[in-house]
Amino acid sequence: MSAAPITRAVEPLFNGAEWDFALLKRVYGAIEDLALNDLKLDVYPNQIEIISSEQMLDAYSAHGMPLMYHHWSFGKIFAREEVSYQKGWSGLAYEIVINANPCIAYLMEENTMTMQALVMAHACFGHNHFFKNNYLFRQWTNSEAILDYLSFAKRYVSAAEEKYGAEQVEAVLDSAHAIMEQGVFRYRRPPRPSRAQREERLRKRQQYEEESFNDIWRTLPGTARDMSADAALVDEDENVGPQAPMNLPEENLIYFLEKHSPSLKNWQREILRIVRNVAQYFYPQIQTKVMNEGCATFVHHYLMNALYDRGLITEGSILEFLHSHSSVVFQPGYDDSRYYGINPYALGFAMMSDIKRISEEPTEEDREWFPEIAGKGNWREVLKHAWANYRDESFIQQFLSPKVMRDLKLFAVRDKAEDPIYTVAAIHNEPGYRRLRTTLARLYDIATHQPDIQVVGANLAGDRTLTLRHNRYRGIPLAPNSRDAVLKHVRKLWGYEVTLEEPES
Amino acid sequence: MSNFIDRRLNPKGKSLANRQRFIRRARAEIKDAVQKSLKDRTVSDFAKDQKISIPTKSTKEPRFRHDNGAGGEHERVLPGNKDFVEGDQIKKPRQGDGQGRGKDAASGGDFEDDFTFTLSQDEILDIFFEDLELPNLIKTSLKEIKTFSWRRAGFTTSGAPTQINLVRTMRNSFGRRLAMKRPSEAEVEKLRQRLTQLTCGATPNAENREAIAELEEEIARLEHKRRWVPFLDPIDVRFNAFEQQPIPTSQAVMFCLMDVSGSMGEREKDLAKRFFMLLHLFLKRRYERLDIVFIRHTHDAQEVDEHTFFYSRQSGGTIVSTALEEMKKIVAERYATGEWNIYAAQASDGYTQTGDASRCVDLLNQDVMPVCQYYAYIEILDEREMEVFSSEESGAELWRAYRTVAKAWSNFATKRIAKPQDIFPVFRELFSKDAAEAKT
Repeated sequence: MSAAPITRAVEPLFNGAEWDFALLKRVYGAIEDLALNDLKLDVYPNQIEIISSEQMLDAYSAHGMPLMYHHWSFGKIFAREEVSYQKGWSGLAYEIVINANPCIAYLMEENTMTMQALVMAHACFGHNHFFKNNYLFRQWTNSEAILDYLSFAKRYVSAAEEKYGAEQVEAVLDSAHAIMEQGVFRYRRPPRPSRAQREERLRKRQQYEEESFNDIWRTLPGTARDMSADAALVDEDENVGPQAPMNLPEENLIYFLEKHSPSLKNWQREILRIVRNVAQYFYPQIQTKVMNEGCATFVHHYLMNALYDRGLITEGSILEFLHSHSSVVFQPGYDDSRYYGINPYALGFAMMSDIKRISEEPTEEDREWFPEIAGKGNWREVLKHAWANYRDESFIQQFLSPKVMRDLKLFAVRDKAEDPIYTVAAIHNEPGYRRLRTTLARLYDIATHQPDIQVVGANLAGDRTLTLRHNRYRGIPLAPNSRDAVLKHVRKLWGYEVTLEEPES
Repeated sequence: MSNFIDRRLNPKGKSLANRQRFIRRARAEIKDAVQKSLKDRTVSDFAKDQKISIPTKSTKEPRFRHDNGAGGEHERVLPGNKDFVEGDQIKKPRQGDGQGRGKDAASGGDFEDDFTFTLSQDEILDIFFEDLELPNLIKTSLKEIKTFSWRRAGFTTSGAPTQINLVRTMRNSFGRRLAMKRPSEAEVEKLRQRLTQLTCGATPNAENREAIAELEEEIARLEHKRRWVPFLDPIDVRFNAFEQQPIPTSQAVMFCLMDVSGSMGEREKDLAKRFFMLLHLFLKRRYERLDIVFIRHTHDAQEVDEHTFFYSRQSGGTIVSTALEEMKKIVAERYATGEWNIYAAQASDGYTQTGDASRCVDLLNQDVMPVCQYYAYIEILDEREMEVFSSEESGAELWRAYRTVAKAWSNFATKRIAKPQDIFPVFRELFSKDAAEAKT
């Protein structure tokens, strides 16, 4: 509904599937023009990297990050992805995008020009805008510093492997990974990693030691050289070790162990810190899957259609685009063999397209449900406001419309463990809409997937037992096998007995 | 606002380090799986990329998870409703149906599948040969070093002009010139120019003359010093130094000896072939250069090519010693022992002409074993015979004769094979590290 009449280009930007860098730049320019001037998106500068499919597989295995410390679990992911790719079970993602400034997007060389355009619109503008503007990302991640920090982490871990042995480092990483989900701050701002300064300090310290090395000091009694080198790695001003105040209860298990474990060495604390910072960096992404993918999908859909309306891409291109777009937003029904949960692309795209519809062509129902936006025509502002200020749970609670519920034919099923039957609790009809919406929103609450586990006590004066508490969500206990395995890891990090209580209520 | 970077030429395999860590981690399981899968494979596809499946025991990554099957109340939202209305009741699938806990349990509970992935040929061979060692390898290669290679060994003050190290030499020269305060070319040139200015300009007067004299004297002094402190002094010169370093012999020859008389059928030959191929793969990983010599024999031995060796038929009696004679001849002609590691594998059904066995023993003791790194004798029986000869001590004439050789030589081994499944275990037994250590 832009006021200016659409001017049609004489020539489309490209005709075939082939692409080269000059063409990529031209198409990028056209998309950028629309994204910034029509949709009025606000993005980080883009860094677009063309990679081969092998490199895409490499990138897959390390959380999609260009840099990551070495660990066998990434090798495991790689091995699995490789098989499923070679067998043709799954195609590779067309793109990977990294929340950093500049925003890094990977494009695969095998993509056709249409796909490259789609991917640029999707990643370089959709995801990029979301990363830059969503409150969770602004508040919890530091996009300026992440690559610096990861490169520090990688070097630190390999230096530690060299110094203390790969097995030692691996053991700490294994244990830390086991409680990675419990290694994030959920309610207060995490202390920022002082990555560059930290590394600089370490480097200077080591350089000083190398320069002033004199073998004779080694012969003095009571000098612990490696301890002094490690001391540079932890914040000198932070209290570490048993004497520090504990501030219980503590939700961030890794943080607690890093600061208060009586048995960890300083380099082990630093590795915990690395794992914790990586976990924190990815924490917003877990909470915004629907919104993030929905935003990117909505943006690419809008931009590609806008390109077509202006005659910048051919009919063939738009058909190719629609084909892959519709497979991205395909939602199989619950009884379909392809069903694997609700597709975040489908749900996000449906909701955001519906906001646009409500804003432009509302029905009576919409006026009743969304009086603030129905018929106002300002869907750009509404969407940008939503992208900036909501996460999946609150977005669904606020914006899931009856029409989307009807289109997706959503229904809620109640499952009590002791009952022999499931009960249909609500369906997509007038009495069911609100209940359905609340139920779905709650499913995107992180507490439904990740158990809430906190440190509630550490008996430092006595036998040093650490007490964890699992606050049950709707009375659901922890799965026993994995619980015991994880507790073993916590014990390793704590160094003494660890108990877990699961009060019934 | 944008920056395009072509990364396609960047190295791939960035996650190789992670892969190696993963394989190390799951070593025990992978090894089991490889051994199991190798049992019935033919030798020709032994060394191909291979998909293996391992239990997830050692590569499990536990996390705290809700136990969705045990207590509590869940409410799910599903898409694609067809005919349900509110209040409908759906029977739960019974527990024990195999899918009782459904997909949620698979993704959220304790349940995890076997893990399937592809191992490359090198990784398979690494794992398969991991704890196998060539017997006597170190001992002999230390003893019989015959080849040397040159390697850099720093710098010396004397050497051939072609080996001069310019960087070092000029660095020394520069340092010496600095230390001795050698006047530079530019310095002298500046004085000369001033002298020219003075002499070419106005007619010389008293003042001028004095300055000119001073300048001339200064120039002469500097020139003298320049001559006295040479630009390049012999003490500056450095040469690259090289020294000879012994390298262990890295070439080997493998002799395959086989009885091809009528008593060796297709089955026996096939078993022998598998064993030879395995030995070949194993040796190939240890030696840069590996020759193979095929010697077949009936009552008469000859060197043949591989195809003839395995597939063509020849009739006649069986005289094993002829093959040993042939081997002895070839070694003498082509493989002088100092430079070659000699391995031999002999396959036979254990029958030979009466009286020939003792001749074999003599040949082995006197001529063959002294030059061999290792000699493996594989007797191929059928399964019925295997039961009869269950003890190491009992056997046909050749077997008993060879047992005496095995007692005398630690690097002589005798084994029996009856089925394809025996080959890998027997092979591993022959080359396992412990056995190698025990023998040496």
